[in-house]
Amino acid sequence: MKPRYIAMRLVKTVLVAATVVVLSFFLIRLAPGDAATVMAGQAGYADETFLKNLRAEYGLDQPLPVQFWKYVDAVAHGDLGTSYVRRQPVLSVIMERLPNTLLLDGFALLVAATGGVWLGALAARRPGSAGDNAVSVLSMLFYAVPQFWLGMMMVLFFAVWLSVLPPFGIETMGADYTGLARLSDVAEHMILPGVTLALYYMASYARLTRAAMIEVSEQDFVKTARAKGISERQVARRHILRNALIPLVTYAGLQASLLVGGTVLIENVFSWPGVGTLAYEAVQGRDNPLLLGIFIVTAILVSLFNLLTDIAYAIVDPRVVLER
Amino acid sequence: MSFARHFFARPTAAFGFAVFLLIVVIALAAPLIFARGPFNIVGMPLLAPGSPGLLAGSDVLGRDMMVGLAYGARISLLVGVTSTLGAIGIGVLLGAVAGYYGGVVDDLLMRITEFFQIIPTFVLLMVLVAFMQPSLGSAVIGIALISWPQVARVVRGEFLSLREREFVQAARVLGLGDANIIFTQILPNALSPIVVISSMMVGNAILTESALSFLGLGDPNLLSWGSMIGGSRSAMWVAWWTTVLPGLCIVVTVLALNFIGDGLNDAFNPRRRG
Repeated sequence: MKPRYIAMRLVKTVLVAATVVVLSFFLIRLAPGDAATVMAGQAGYADETFLKNLRAEYGLDQPLPVQFWKYVDAVAHGDLGTSYVRRQPVLSVIMERLPNTLLLDGFALLVAATGGVWLGALAARRPGSAGDNAVSVLSMLFYAVPQFWLGMMMVLFFAVWLSVLPPFGIETMGADYTGLARLSDVAEHMILPGVTLALYYMASYARLTRAAMIEVSEQDFVKTARAKGISERQVARRHILRNALIPLVTYAGLQASLLVGGTVLIENVFSWPGVGTLAYEAVQGRDNPLLLGIFIVTAILVSLFNLLTDIAYAIVDPRVVLER
Repeated sequence: MSFARHFFARPTAAFGFAVFLLIVVIALAAPLIFARGPFNIVGMPLLAPGSPGLLAGSDVLGRDMMVGLAYGARISLLVGVTSTLGAIGIGVLLGAVAGYYGGVVDDLLMRITEFFQIIPTFVLLMVLVAFMQPSLGSAVIGIALISWPQVARVVRGEFLSLREREFVQAARVLGLGDANIIFTQILPNALSPIVVISSMMVGNAILTESALSFLGLGDPNLLSWGSMIGGSRSAMWVAWWTTVLPGLCIVVTVLALNFIGDGLNDAFNPRRRG
């Protein structure tokens, strides 16, 4: 059953990627004017023959299906167009920034998952206790706080007021650290944006862990474990938590799309040089190919991440069968 | 009436309702109280709250923060409510059709809603608004376009279970057409979950709008809470009120809406009432 499950998930991922590309082709047509008018605008000069030549050169005068095929062909070959502002291929501009974003997101996911599971397990131990209520009140509050504003409040509190952490950037400018010193410098810069991002997802991880642990703890094998005389701590860790963690794996995949949106905002608050600040530059510079390219790349990355978490889920949980 | 009694029996719901009502009144009254508008410069920039005549201080350009906050409520509520109405319109229509007919139509719709769960919708929204040109209208259309799948899922689920009920069979036997059955027979019975999620959706839409405005994708001719925060980023270090106050307005509004949603949920589901 497993190879079939994985094959079907692969097909789904390819379909999502294909839909993203088709959608992008139509999104381009939302913008007023076309690439020719933009280029003419940059050249500071335009008459009808100039525009006509430009359109012929870029195939903009051809029928829609032909243009569509050319677009799909280009994207399939990694050609996402040229950034107006950077005057470089969109894909290479994005790839240059991507590692910084992956670093921040990876750190945030790690903090969110470990912190959330810990808090959720704490809350599940005594449902209805003060700690349990505190977790649910906090998560209620987080759903009402704009992420970017939370980030600014973190800067005000930890960087301006207490001045214990650097407020922006990825490393100290002009310090030119190398080796370990540089690593710890980057880590220090990563704490505020990473934790701000993580806080929001930590709340939902805590709620999920709590619900899953309470559900698992009512099952027969837990009673058996207790009947065997295993300590309560061992029951909670080995028997309840392990089984409760399984659904959290898929949840990480589902959250990835939200995480990207949060990253765009948080990177801008903390001037983290990643894809999110690049998206802001694209908006400011009316750099449509770059903005669209960021959408295509992040959408495909998120669907790949979903594929990975689904495969991991299938491996961890032997009960997974292909649902349809 | 027992519905209202159950709703107001929850302190958080009553509190949320009162706060929301107050914000609506402020939003409606803003042009009457502050006739000169939020862009009017009243004094020196970055005056602290409590300065003469400036209860909430002034911003980077010397505009009265209080006026900005009052006018900002108009934008947040307008975008929140209209984009939610749009999302509900699309979601109800597609969800009803999918749940009622099932089969291929249903399959297709479920694949589309899955697609929206996987792709980063906020980036898609940025593309939509930037390409349509930032304005109040493009924010409303964009937010509605990324929010409807949530409604469609809920409505579909309701229709799937309701379509097998006897009253629907009776309507069919009576010779009612499909459209008639969907809108006059089933939809009225599926309204409560739609009402519950809509209040949460207005809150989410307000958060999303503030994020768009913060990134400079709001209507350039209007002052919103998000754009107030985005515009005072450079002053954050010296004038906390320029970022703290608009943010608090957003938090209080969204919290009120979420409290209302919880209260509605309880009032609509008698079995869950404790």
